[in-house]
Amino acid sequence: MKKIGKIYLGLVLFFLYVPIFVLIVFSFNETKSRSVFSGFTFDWYIRLFNNRIIISSLINTIIIACVSSVISTVLGTLAAIGINNMRKVPKTVVMNITNMPIINPEIVTGVSLMLLFVFFAARMNLEFGFVTLLIAHITFNVPYVILNVMPKFNQMDPHIYEAAQDLGCSPVKAFRKVVLPEIMPGVISGFLMSFTYSLDDFVISYFTSGSTSQTLPITIYSMTRRKVSPEINALSTLIFISVVIILVVKNVIEKRALKKAGKI
Amino acid sequence: MKLKYFSAPYLVWMVVFILVPLLMIAFFAFTNDEGRFTMKYISDVGQYANIFVRSIWLSLIATVICLVIAYPVAFILSRMEKHKQGTMLMIVMLPMWMNFLLRTYAWMTLLGNNGIINHLFGMIGLGPFKLINTSGAVVLGMVYNYLPFMILPLYSVMEKIDNSMFEAAEDLGCSYFQTLFRVIIPLSVPGITSGITMVFVPAISTFIISRMLGGGSNLLVGDLIEMQFLGNAYNPHLGAAMSLVLMVIILVIMTVMNQFDPDDQVLM
Repeated sequence: MKKIGKIYLGLVLFFLYVPIFVLIVFSFNETKSRSVFSGFTFDWYIRLFNNRIIISSLINTIIIACVSSVISTVLGTLAAIGINNMRKVPKTVVMNITNMPIINPEIVTGVSLMLLFVFFAARMNLEFGFVTLLIAHITFNVPYVILNVMPKFNQMDPHIYEAAQDLGCSPVKAFRKVVLPEIMPGVISGFLMSFTYSLDDFVISYFTSGSTSQTLPITIYSMTRRKVSPEINALSTLIFISVVIILVVKNVIEKRALKKAGKI
Repeated sequence: MKLKYFSAPYLVWMVVFILVPLLMIAFFAFTNDEGRFTMKYISDVGQYANIFVRSIWLSLIATVICLVIAYPVAFILSRMEKHKQGTMLMIVMLPMWMNFLLRTYAWMTLLGNNGIINHLFGMIGLGPFKLINTSGAVVLGMVYNYLPFMILPLYSVMEKIDNSMFEAAEDLGCSYFQTLFRVIIPLSVPGITSGITMVFVPAISTFIISRMLGGGSNLLVGDLIEMQFLGNAYNPHLGAAMSLVLMVIILVIMTVMNQFDPDDQVLM
């Protein structure tokens, strides 16, 4: 029984990883062939680094991810504090609306924001580009921050905030010294989630970016629409390697933290 | 200062950028260019019924395949030794961290007429087969992209099932199949329902997978909507009507799904 399980798991992993490994192997292929490996080369990597569109959209993606995740984290954390102190009915209403971008298909969120931006573009001096992209990213990121921070309040004893004030803290100091450390894990995971969703997003960016401000996924999409270029394979390889490094480092850090916690 | 006012900036943001845009979809769906009420666009959606049916059908097939593949994976993962589970889960989820365009592109190169699969078939004297630009390729793309979305929720409920449950079932005379159908599956229903929604919703609304792997002949609802907003057939009113119908279909299916979820039921 155990053996069958292992074989089965192996087959599923084979299915999940083979396409990626084929991409990686063919990023070193001399010709543009997708089926015959004719010789080893680094040419596609060199071309990738000389491709100004890819490099500029990569920089653009990172800027948008950083700015939108920082703003979403601040906005979302403040929102979570406020929502937590609301009465039951307004709280339910706000949380239901907050859940909408998560439940709705991405294409609906993208299209709805596009309609709004078209409306503003016609009446005000708004152009599709960096600003609309940033607004869209903040909009789909904030709900994830809120959903990560809210449970931390439920786990927290509400009286410690009052106790800190009774012991002479100003409300601001009590918040900084007592509440903030309690909700910090939620804030951090909300931030990281926003950052990765923002880096990875294609659908919503596609509807809200216009032609001036492109993100990496949009550039990748237009590359796949045109002729086959092994530059995409090279790019995939680099992304895959960075993902593996990040996840391994994250895992090691978590394991160490667990060990430390276990010792104390 | 009252703490509830902290949420004021977000509430403004939420109304302007979540609520108003969704209301605009409804507004555009029921009005014409002059802003007058009309049912024309909603009824026009009926002309595309075949595409809606195809979207529902293909994404249902993909969801069922995901469930069948993912269920044993999640179970095997949940019965591993505790310290191995984390690492194994990371290995299963790792492909998800690649952008889905790249993952879909990988299948484009594999399935293509000059792709590696046809090349391998050619070596043993078979083919070439038409693999890409078929509805099968679209389903394959959906399964490949969304499989981890099914594994994760299933794993997180199964991880909580104690081994003593199976021992108890066995002691009370259950066969393997009885244990599966009367113990394991009922206990994992919450994972099944959330896995189904996490696969079905992105699958039914995708336009990338159908475009990259389905060619021009396997249009889905997502393609239709995209064409109304960014394609040659620019018509935001029709696009909004289609989005509204898509949202209603998803809402209906999710409501039906929730009927099966024991958490929502009064009687246990």
